[in-house]
Amino acid sequence: MPRAAVPASPIRVLIAKPGLDGHDRGAKVVARALRDAGMEVIYVGLRQTPEDIVRSAIEEDVDLIGLSILSGAHMALLPRVVKLLKSRKASDIPVFAGGIIPDEDARSLRRGGIKAIFGPGASLEEIVATARRLARPSA
Amino acid sequence: MSRAPRLPVAARAVVAHDRRALARLISAVEDRDPSVVPALRALYARTGHARVIGVTGPLGVGKSTLINRLIELLRRRGLTVGVVAIDPSSPFSGGSVLGDRIRIERALGDDGVFLRSMASRGHAGGVAAATREVCRLLDAFGMDIILVETVGSGQVDVEIRDVASTSIVVLVPHLGDEVQTLKAGLFEIAEVFCVNKSDLPGAETAARDLSDLAALGTDRDGWRPTVVSVSAQAGAGLETLWAAVEAHETYLDGDGRRARGERRRLAQEVVGLVRERVGRELGRSVDRDRDLGALLDRVAARAIDPYSAADRLYRELRRSG
Ligand code: B12
Ligand SMILES: Nc1nc2c(ncn2[C@@H]2O[C@H](COP(=O)(O)OP(=O)(O)OP(=O)(O)O)[C@@H](O)[C@H]2O)c(=O)[nH]1
Ligand SMILES: [Mg+2]
Repeated sequence: MPRAAVPASPIRVLIAKPGLDGHDRGAKVVARALRDAGMEVIYVGLRQTPEDIVRSAIEEDVDLIGLSILSGAHMALLPRVVKLLKSRKASDIPVFAGGIIPDEDARSLRRGGIKAIFGPGASLEEIVATARRLARPSA
Repeated sequence: MSRAPRLPVAARAVVAHDRRALARLISAVEDRDPSVVPALRALYARTGHARVIGVTGPLGVGKSTLINRLIELLRRRGLTVGVVAIDPSSPFSGGSVLGDRIRIERALGDDGVFLRSMASRGHAGGVAAATREVCRLLDAFGMDIILVETVGSGQVDVEIRDVASTSIVVLVPHLGDEVQTLKAGLFEIAEVFCVNKSDLPGAETAARDLSDLAALGTDRDGWRPTVVSVSAQAGAGLETLWAAVEAHETYLDGDGRRARGERRRLAQEVVGLVRERVGRELGRSVDRDRDLGALLDRVAARAIDPYSAADRLYRELRRSG
């Protein structure tokens, strides 16, 4: 079969920018790094509501949701995504995030169910490794 | 619904409109997971209702933006819409960035729409290998119209014709030279030409050139391709475009044409399934063959030729099969 480069079941990741936040460089850099690591990245871009994000994640059957947020609205938006996933019986889909998120907020978000959080300068290798671990915990 | 209790769980969930179950079944089909074949078998009898319409054309001509508008139009008419949007996989990493969702925002917040992005996963021809099966799942889910966006396609990416009953080929003004090269291949599969971005200068000339070419084109079962100017961005020309699609669909209903087309596509599919299986078995038999290395050594040393080596492998495959 002519698909040697593709693993039998590639990891699928949704990358979204919640809320009104035009900073999309980080999201694009992360999307590309995950692609280069062999993952299928569904990039939905800017201005996504938590409802949009959860709907896309379910339709696309992703193994992981990645949220990029530099606007300061993370404490309002990220927990909403986690809560909505729960109410749609999809809380088995892990969520990780990155952007401008102060340490104190990051701690509280992690307690609230965001699995990992990365800030400016985070290494892409580390992000890829974390994505693999979160998407396929058994592998 | 006397058959319902006999349906496998996954199939039952799809029939019961469980979006997540559908999404998971689609993944399993993409991954060629054999455990879902019983569900696919069971669902087959419930399909055949949806119309599959292809949207193809070169990179960036506005296929996704157009689909976004068509969703709007079809929902206004009370039709449910499935969308399969395909983007290429990287030949190097096998990964992909699937970005069509960005422009298809109408799919959000509406249970009458189901949008799925697919990576081509190394399959050539403009669609993914599992496209037809994924369309069938959306059909079983109850979608009336299924729009399939191909990868940004070139001349040879014509496999959409094995999936869709009507193909819209989207072009833009000032594709002059490109249109010349498209005369073969992609150009020949269009039932409807859509000149998108007609808000830009040069659209009228492009539409005229295309109409001239279409008039010269080969006669496929008596249908002459229609040319429609559209601005997906401004939302202009969409009604005319859909009327052209419907005209072709109506045309198909006459004189057994639809049945013939469907028959051709089914033949492709069934033979394709066998080919896939034989390919898998061949792979396994090659892996098992301990003498293969020695055989290849002899070919390399010019002791025997590749044709004789292939004959031997083929005989062994027949024997084991
Ligand atoms: C470039 C930039 C812009 C560009 C954005 C261009 C673009 N298309 O992205 C422009 C000029 C448009 C801009 C505008 C504004 N900006 Co600005 N901008 C920046 C700047 C300098 C760099 C951001 C960047 O691109 N970094 C490069 C990328 C690669 O890094 P990154 O996004 O951090 O991503 C890394 C990690 O965070 C992580 N990551 C990111 N996302 C994700 C997602 C996942 C899933 C994972 C796992 C990891 C991950 O991995 C990446 C790789 O290491 C920052 C300051 C800074 N040093 O961060 C300010 C900054 C983000 N901007 C800021 C502000 C206030 C604005 C404006 C409101 C007005 C202004 N003062 O300029 C506007 C608003 C624009 C809008 N519509 O939202 C503030 C935000 C303050 C806050 N949140 O509290 C910052 C922090 C500057 C500051 N110190 O005040 N900005
Ligand atoms: N001027 C103009 N621009 C348009 C129109 N339709 C789409 N575009 C723009 O063309 C660009 C590409 O649009 P897409 O819908 O992503 O095109 P596509 O064919 O789906 O692209 P690929 O999937 O990458 O092949 C975007 O910037 C759109 O905003 C139109 O009618 N007029
Ligand atoms: Mg597109």
